[in-house]
Amino acid sequence: MSGKLLAAGGGKVIIPNFGHGTACLRRNGWFCLGWLRQHWGDTLQPALLQHVELTVIAVGLGFTIAFLLALVGFRFRPADGPLGALGDILYTIPSIAFFELLIPLTGLTLTTIEIPLVSYTLFVLYRNLVAGLRGVPAEALESARGMGMTRLQRFLRVELPLAAPAVLAGVRVATVSTVSIATVAAFLIREGLGAPIFDALQQPGIFRTELLAAGGLAILLALAADALLAGLQRALTPWSRRP
Amino acid sequence: MPTEAAELVFDEATKVYPGRDGAAVDHLSLTVPAGEICVLVGPSGGGKTTALKLVNRLIPLTSGDVRIDGTSVLEHDLVELRRSIGYVIQQVGLFPHMTVEGNIGTVPRLLGWPRRRIRQRVEELLELVGLDPEADRRRFPSQLSGGQQQRVGLARALAANPPLMLMDEPFGAIDPIVRARLQDEFLRLQGELRKTVVFVTHDVDEAIKLGDRIAILREGGRLAQYDTPERVLAQPADAFVAEFVGRDRALKALSLHTLGELELRPAAGDGLLRLPAETSLRDALALLVAEHREALLVTAADGSPLGVATREDLLR
Repeated sequence: MSGKLLAAGGGKVIIPNFGHGTACLRRNGWFCLGWLRQHWGDTLQPALLQHVELTVIAVGLGFTIAFLLALVGFRFRPADGPLGALGDILYTIPSIAFFELLIPLTGLTLTTIEIPLVSYTLFVLYRNLVAGLRGVPAEALESARGMGMTRLQRFLRVELPLAAPAVLAGVRVATVSTVSIATVAAFLIREGLGAPIFDALQQPGIFRTELLAAGGLAILLALAADALLAGLQRALTPWSRRP
Repeated sequence: MPTEAAELVFDEATKVYPGRDGAAVDHLSLTVPAGEICVLVGPSGGGKTTALKLVNRLIPLTSGDVRIDGTSVLEHDLVELRRSIGYVIQQVGLFPHMTVEGNIGTVPRLLGWPRRRIRQRVEELLELVGLDPEADRRRFPSQLSGGQQQRVGLARALAANPPLMLMDEPFGAIDPIVRARLQDEFLRLQGELRKTVVFVTHDVDEAIKLGDRIAILREGGRLAQYDTPERVLAQPADAFVAEFVGRDRALKALSLHTLGELELRPAAGDGLLRLPAETSLRDALALLVAEHREALLVTAADGSPLGVATREDLLR
């Protein structure tokens, strides 16, 4: 980040200094290829990898928690309403407020980012897990029982695979929304693609190339993750495609 | 491999659902000899399906007993009991996420058969139920017609060669033409396999066609009559049975026999209706009436004349 804002010290900077700038940078152009080449390695790539990490941790943890909660809500119906409502309530907390609320508790750490991110995934993951499990056709379950599958076998061989399309649809939504919400986290903590986005926004006149590059990467990441999961969904549930 | 067929005994078997008045199945006692088809038939509320599910303990007995080859179902391990009984339901209940092969191999997999044996068995069964082992094996249930799905359901129930089959209105949701064909094929299969079968239906004609014996259950799960189709039609035990089998029971009885079983008159005369020997007396009579004829010529499979039968011959 150093080459980008040379005179950052002391809070006295008025004139933006984009380094030994090319004509494109002095003009603050939208797409200065030279800057992108120069700073891919020290700015964009690390931010992208951090962003992937933030997302994977959030969706992975969120899925694990949602799965355990869904088991409870599925097997013990009275728990379903309250658990679903919990997810709803967490989802309604505005993201920046959520991050800020946690700072007194967990400080400026990764945990502060992950708690809200995980919480937001619960809403869609829990609902889709329970809906998927409840949507298993009764006659498939009856024949599974009649053929002598144990409770665990019915769950692993019939209920879970048949819930997979709904569950994977939930994972897609959770992943894409986590990619987008995670950019906001950088408002407080410099992690992920949000960091270069906020850096760019804080430059007088907005540093367009960096803004466009980091924002574009966040969009591409969301699209790529969605395409990847859609492919996974097709591969894992070939039966759910119509002939 | 278990024995080929098992004797099934209901001994005062009773099911009372908690909080409901009266029994669903009330002291049901009957014996299904090994290798026979017993059809449970009756109006809704007669407890047919409940009685069926007492056998594989999908519904637990309230009192009394059900014995398979002399051993109470209560003494069997629940999971082993169910794996040793073929089970077919009206909605088929195929697993949508498994191929035809995966569905049919369900119980063998649960029993831990080696892969190659399961594969062979699947091919064998697909041929047995009239599906194409090559083309149909890899298809998913959603890619099959209703009739094909029910064939797969039947093959799946037969997979581990169970000595006893429970079939709960297996052809109930299938259109009449395909149903008749499935019934015929089922009888042909049963001719080869000789399983003990308990078959639930609400259709008297199906009961008469398929059953070696028919158990007629009335409301409250009480057994009204348990007898061969001939005797149920000829001598209904009471007014309920007589009404249930229908006023046309004399005609229904005709469907139990074929032209080939008659003593035919010497073949004579041209211009007679020609019907193959395996035609049922009921169908033959219906045709005679429709065509305003008095007699018909019975032919062998190759079309050669066997003899003549008159209306009176059919009705004797």
